[in-house]
Amino acid sequence: MRVSLAWLREWVEVPEGAEALAERLTMAGLEVEAIEPAAPAFSGVVVAEVLEVAPHPDADRLRVCRVAAGGEPLQVVCGAPNVRPGLRAPLATVGAALPDGTRIRRARLRGVESHGMLCSARELGLADDAEGLWELPPGAPVGEDLRRWLDLDDQVLEVALTPNRADCLSVRGIARETAALHGVALGGPRWEPVAAAREDRLPVAVEAPEACPRYLGRVVRGVDPAARTPLWMAERLRRAGLRSLGPLVDVTNYVLLELGQPLHAFDLARLREGITVRLARAGERIALLDGREVALEPDTLVIADAGGPVALAGIMGGAGSAVGPGTRDVFLECAFFAPGAIAGRARRHGLHTESSHRFERGVDPAMQREALERATGLLLEIAGGEPGPVTEVVSEAHLPRRPVVAFRPQRARRLLGAELADGEMRAILERLGLACEAPGEGPWRVTPPSWRFDLAIEADLVEEVARLHGYGRLPETPLAGSPVMPPAPEGRLDEGRIRALLADRGYHEAVTYSFVPEALQRRLDPEAEPVRLQNPLSAELAVMRTTAWVGLLQALQRNLARQQERVRLFELSMRFVRQGSEITQEKTLAILAAGPAWPEQWGLDSRRPVDFHDVKGDLEALAAATGAPGAFAFEAAAHPALHPGQSARVLRDGEPVGWIGALHPEVAGALDVGVPVVLLEVALEAVRRARVPRFEPLSPFPAVRRDLAVVVDEAVPAARIAETVRAAAGPLLRELRIFDVYTGPGVEAGRKSVSLGLIFQESSRTLTDEEINGVVARVVARLEEAVGATLRQ
Amino acid sequence: MDLEELVARAEAEIAAAGDLRALDAVRVRYLGRKGELTARLKGLGGLPPEERRAMGQAVNAAKARLERAVAARRAELEREAVAARLAAERLDVTLPGRGQGQGTLHPVTRVLARIETLFRGLGFEVAEGPEIEDDFHNFEALNIPPEHPARAMHDTFYVEGGLLLRTHTSPVQIRVLRERRPPLRIVAPGRVYRRDSDLTHSPMFHQVEGLVVDERVSFAELKGTLHAFLERFFEARLAVRFRPSYFPFTEPSAEVDVACVMCGGEGCRVCGGTGWLEVLGCGMVHPRVLENAGVDPERWTGFAFGLGVERFAMLRYGVDDLRLFFDNDLRFLAQFA
Repeated sequence: MRVSLAWLREWVEVPEGAEALAERLTMAGLEVEAIEPAAPAFSGVVVAEVLEVAPHPDADRLRVCRVAAGGEPLQVVCGAPNVRPGLRAPLATVGAALPDGTRIRRARLRGVESHGMLCSARELGLADDAEGLWELPPGAPVGEDLRRWLDLDDQVLEVALTPNRADCLSVRGIARETAALHGVALGGPRWEPVAAAREDRLPVAVEAPEACPRYLGRVVRGVDPAARTPLWMAERLRRAGLRSLGPLVDVTNYVLLELGQPLHAFDLARLREGITVRLARAGERIALLDGREVALEPDTLVIADAGGPVALAGIMGGAGSAVGPGTRDVFLECAFFAPGAIAGRARRHGLHTESSHRFERGVDPAMQREALERATGLLLEIAGGEPGPVTEVVSEAHLPRRPVVAFRPQRARRLLGAELADGEMRAILERLGLACEAPGEGPWRVTPPSWRFDLAIEADLVEEVARLHGYGRLPETPLAGSPVMPPAPEGRLDEGRIRALLADRGYHEAVTYSFVPEALQRRLDPEAEPVRLQNPLSAELAVMRTTAWVGLLQALQRNLARQQERVRLFELSMRFVRQGSEITQEKTLAILAAGPAWPEQWGLDSRRPVDFHDVKGDLEALAAATGAPGAFAFEAAAHPALHPGQSARVLRDGEPVGWIGALHPEVAGALDVGVPVVLLEVALEAVRRARVPRFEPLSPFPAVRRDLAVVVDEAVPAARIAETVRAAAGPLLRELRIFDVYTGPGVEAGRKSVSLGLIFQESSRTLTDEEINGVVARVVARLEEAVGATLRQ
Repeated sequence: MDLEELVARAEAEIAAAGDLRALDAVRVRYLGRKGELTARLKGLGGLPPEERRAMGQAVNAAKARLERAVAARRAELEREAVAARLAAERLDVTLPGRGQGQGTLHPVTRVLARIETLFRGLGFEVAEGPEIEDDFHNFEALNIPPEHPARAMHDTFYVEGGLLLRTHTSPVQIRVLRERRPPLRIVAPGRVYRRDSDLTHSPMFHQVEGLVVDERVSFAELKGTLHAFLERFFEARLAVRFRPSYFPFTEPSAEVDVACVMCGGEGCRVCGGTGWLEVLGCGMVHPRVLENAGVDPERWTGFAFGLGVERFAMLRYGVDDLRLFFDNDLRFLAQFA
């Protein structure tokens, strides 16, 4: 809402300047976003009258004018097509500065001297386009400074209103609030009802009284189609951000801005029979003022005549009944449409109008008659005509009624934590137009005024009290109350611990979008049917990811394009998986490692490409942090995004919880990723479930180590060997290490040598050599049986 | 050869021994079982008794002298050996250390952790909720019925079956209130989504929601708590102002501005010249929201607040472009160690 300070001052005394008023309004919840000058900076421009116009001796397009501007008549050369004797227009005198920085000097134009420049509205920064000179009204005072005459040093406040304050969507509304804030009376222009000059009426029927509890209409015949909007009105509209479109439209817009009541003017000659306010019928269409045609749905309220809808009620008029340059007879509509009947309808048709904006939020249901009288009065003043009587159709039962709100001063004090006196609270409520009945005992009975749609319960009134008292003057106290000591579950690893562990192992945490391009999503997880956005911003952000790898791989691509050769990222985030008709939202941990295994450095093979086991080691570190590393297992399995020989399903307690593997070379090729990439994704829960430590006594007896090198087929998984060893060795085996895997000379082709370190210990005694020899022999025998192992010589 | 001469020769050889092995050879030659000095001792028995005593003393003295000389030379040689080894083991201590590089936490995570730490200190617990939400939790239970103008401020992404991507973390309020009984204090961090994308809007960003419900919670406590939080977060004494505002789920509602942390309130590009930065929305929980969750608003009152995490991160770390948070440029991420 844009409000000119000068217009506001017509309604209320404002003792302070624009800045201070803006601060005050802002601190009362009417945020002033900007203060703008009513006109751009210019100086030296006066009202002038063109006295004589003669052709220029050397230029067809130019005229040589004699112009009165206060002193001696001046000679001014002018190229505007509409320059003519008797015209009053702005003159930039010698020495004037124009908004674009031009300084006016005495000049010779094709040999003829010119003492100033006659101006268009555009040249003064007051219109976007202008054909010719700005034609000022005949009564404009010649010689007067234009800025002073039009009060162009006025300022415009840009007020960002919250949706609850529809009552402030007008000059009067903001004036009312200003008056309450200053504790002064609301003033403003007064107007009388306009008496009917003829008996013409247009019949009005309201078939949907719940949507339109009040409808007023009035015929005005014989308006002057040649009438022009007075400059003062056009200026106020302009400062409010509206263009002047002729007296009929301007008058309705003016009242809309002044009072907040939308009106509509129909061309009476284009209406058939009478007005019916009703819901649209199936299949009805309407051509709108903005040139579009829309299909109507049956929950949309329309104004109809005998031929069908002529306006979208409270939103926009139809093209077929619109006033135009030839309109002589009008039907003025001034109605109260219920917010619920208008809300959302405009948006459905891609519309948002000054009218729908107000009706959706709530227009004062008591103001229609005064607004209609105001509009009639202004219309007659500007364009003449003879008004008929006011037709009013009202359904009292459907008009919104302001509830009586019980207000307990003690409760307000408690809620605010402030000792506000009863008297101050009552004064505040009354200043805002609320009627207070305060019996000695018990709650006050408070009735909000008709224009406040946002005051229905006690808390609403508490806010009003706080707002006018000033939030800044309310005390600040520490949080009291009865805090409950939060639980600290030790059986769950903190997310922060997981993040820190990965960061400490060289990974940078990433945050990628939850919505991703469908093609990439499908390439990485072709079997999943992703959850699709119905209104995506773009194809790049179209479906919800089923794996965080999508975002990490995109981040990899971008980093590779920026000359990074080694990228290590992790992300903790949600993935969205459809399971039957349900959407599962699961937090996951995803890792991407690409490029060399190590940062480039001296003294180790830092160019070695990262591989499966590097990342597996990182997951094992997480597993160790849970205190239950043995709960995790890996089994070779194929995944469409992963290298078939270098991928594994991750299991926790036997349940699949995720995947680890090298990026499939085909996928890498399609993504144009030329570095080795290893990916991991596990359900976050799987690495959060932790084991609370349980102490085991320390053995005072020595441990004994025996190393074995066994030769097995290359296809035998290490996990199989380890399982076999553990089962055969029994409880004396405290730890098993795999410390080498070897293929090559000395081992026959297709076989590999695996070196095992077995560490034995008993908690109650020293183990004997015979015992251990027995166990080792059993291990060797079982390995031979189970995996075809032979001892390496 | 007389004894003197023998000792002098032995001493010369000891001194000339270049390493421990050479020294040992000298020792064996003179002091070993078959050594020259040992031979003299053995030969004492063949001397006349009157000479035997004097010669015995002289040979023993010579033996002791040579043993001392050997020990001294050995110590010297050992010292030299250690020194040589240490010299050979000298490193260039200015070469960089070895190992994996250090990773970093995302600035959003850093800020979230900081906020959580501060509120945990006041007994707040962390709660979470789903990102694909239903209309009830995201809007209706928060007192935003269909067609409410406030919905227009939340450009919503819809998925299927009437579900949507949550536009704020406020639905977690409802979930917590319906699952637990007051008194409660929670903060709910998480991703939120709005259908808006330009220089200053990202279609996905992070919020933290806070909720306190207890008997007699007051607006004064809301002010006190948030003011303290902002000063702790920014580690500065800050002017803070509470401005009346409107959220359908709080009443009274406020927006919170802090004196610009960039210019100290003088007015700069970051604060748009106003000297103030809008950082929080808050208010007393609307009685209808409590009712919708089955909590008696006569007995219980509460306050709630919501903040944008990226905005806090930008202000705290001086980041000037919102899009950097989601681009995952390593040069950006690596700065938040």
